[in-house]
Amino acid sequence: MGHAEKKRCDMTDRREANNSSAGQVDHPDPKIKVRELTIHYGKVRVLNNLSLDIQKNEILSVIGPANSGKTSFLRSLNRLNDFEPNIRMSGSILLDGRNIYKDLDAEGLRKRVGMIFALPIPLPRSIHDNITYGPRLAGDHDKSALDQLVEDSLKAAYLWDEVKDRLRSSALKLSGGQQQRLCIARTLALKPEVILFDEPCSGLDPISTAKVEESMMELKKNHTIVLVTNNTKQAARVGTRTAFFLMGDLVEIDSTEKIFTAPADSRTNDYIIGRFG
Amino acid sequence: MAKLRKFKEAIIEKLIFLSGIASIVFVALIFIFLLREGISVLRSTSLGAFLGGKFWYPISDPPKLGILPLILGSLLVTLGAIAMAVPLGIAAAFYIAEVAPSRLRNILKSFVEILSAIPSVVLGFLGITILVPFLKRFLDLPTGLTAFAGSIMLAFMAMPTIISISEDAINAVPREYKEGAIALGATHWQTLHRVIIHGALPGIIAAAMLGIGRVFGETMAVMMVTGNAAVIPNSLFEPVRTLTATIAAEMGEAAKGSPHYNALFAIGIVLFVISFLINLTADLFLNRSRRR
Repeated sequence: MGHAEKKRCDMTDRREANNSSAGQVDHPDPKIKVRELTIHYGKVRVLNNLSLDIQKNEILSVIGPANSGKTSFLRSLNRLNDFEPNIRMSGSILLDGRNIYKDLDAEGLRKRVGMIFALPIPLPRSIHDNITYGPRLAGDHDKSALDQLVEDSLKAAYLWDEVKDRLRSSALKLSGGQQQRLCIARTLALKPEVILFDEPCSGLDPISTAKVEESMMELKKNHTIVLVTNNTKQAARVGTRTAFFLMGDLVEIDSTEKIFTAPADSRTNDYIIGRFG
Repeated sequence: MAKLRKFKEAIIEKLIFLSGIASIVFVALIFIFLLREGISVLRSTSLGAFLGGKFWYPISDPPKLGILPLILGSLLVTLGAIAMAVPLGIAAAFYIAEVAPSRLRNILKSFVEILSAIPSVVLGFLGITILVPFLKRFLDLPTGLTAFAGSIMLAFMAMPTIISISEDAINAVPREYKEGAIALGATHWQTLHRVIIHGALPGIIAAAMLGIGRVFGETMAVMMVTGNAAVIPNSLFEPVRTLTATIAAEMGEAAKGSPHYNALFAIGIVLFVISFLINLTADLFLNRSRRR
């Protein structure tokens, strides 16, 4: 406990010390506030006493080798872990100051905190129906409003120009990169405040990756984004701040520039230059 | 030395080949045998009179060999069983695969296996001592030995097949589909009935078909509780006799080579063809669910 306290203090100190150099304003009320989050799967501890803040309109990149707990962390933010058997969690996650496991219902939370997966899985239906699926689940059936929503969502996901003439054709005919942007548009149709990306480009070619990253940078203006990625270069390209996880511990979190040029912990440096992981 | 090894391998290869084709050979031999013994029934009656005849009096003179009452008996018992077992089995599969906490899931799965391991004659025994008197008293019937009693017994027997195959189909739906729907704000129930049923449907249909096949071919328990009256039934609450029970009950007393004897083999052919069609349908659906 004492050890963890100390680490958290270090973390806060470091961020404060770093604010001036990274040109960041310290928000008094972060979008998401994680405190002492510990997750066990059965007897295995996958996340250890994690505390961090996620600010509005930033992209927080989360990097780390396999089994570092970064995906478990991401999936706890929209309560996708609820369906895991044998999971035990302690600590708290606050969204706009409200505890997501106590004060909010899971379905409502997942509409506010959308998620993009590594594998794009469009429904075997038309492009149009894929985007209106979420709103229709929630009971929204106004046709003209839905049409407008389709256009807005596709534009925000940088897909509109490529598909505007074939909205009624099957989503399965799109390329992998287009499918991933369709999944982003599908999530945007729910008007989320936070978007979680779980290795969104792991199956994409460099050009598709660039397009997804471009839409992320654009989405940052109105959304809070958490990006889990195995691609450290991607974290460096798009992250406002970057967190490095190792074996369930948060090693350090800082401005992306600082992490990639002068990390405070030698393990971060080792990972970034590819010495392990 | 090398030659000996080669010789050994050739022998082993041949043996494996023989084991591999044995099932094909057996099926072919059984069918040929059935056909040879059964086809002669057409010497004493026409195909139409055999399949469509309303009277089964195999030892009268001349014998009346109409199996329509037996076919209807089998269908009635099967339909009754399926109407009970399919909805219950699928609901149970969904509960086990999607809702039950993991410890309860394991307990339920082992009990389903135990249910399938109970010999049918034991089920029939329970049926005749408990279920049949209960039905007679509760429904105020002249006899409890009815198609309905047979349906209930068979529903018990079909449930394990339907539950375990449906459960496999539900578990085979990719986790990404489920999580995709949940991440879009779908409730657990919306995910179940919009995404998971859709993905698992071919497998669930195959499970139902295999359950039907199991029920249709079952003999012992049915013979014990259905009353075995070879008359065309008007409702579920009358005694019936199934195709299988007829063969089992009468084979011992039919003189070899008599029209009665040949007719029993012809019933075997009818059973064989119907079971084959049911299994074929199930296979088509299973293949479709695997390909997805």
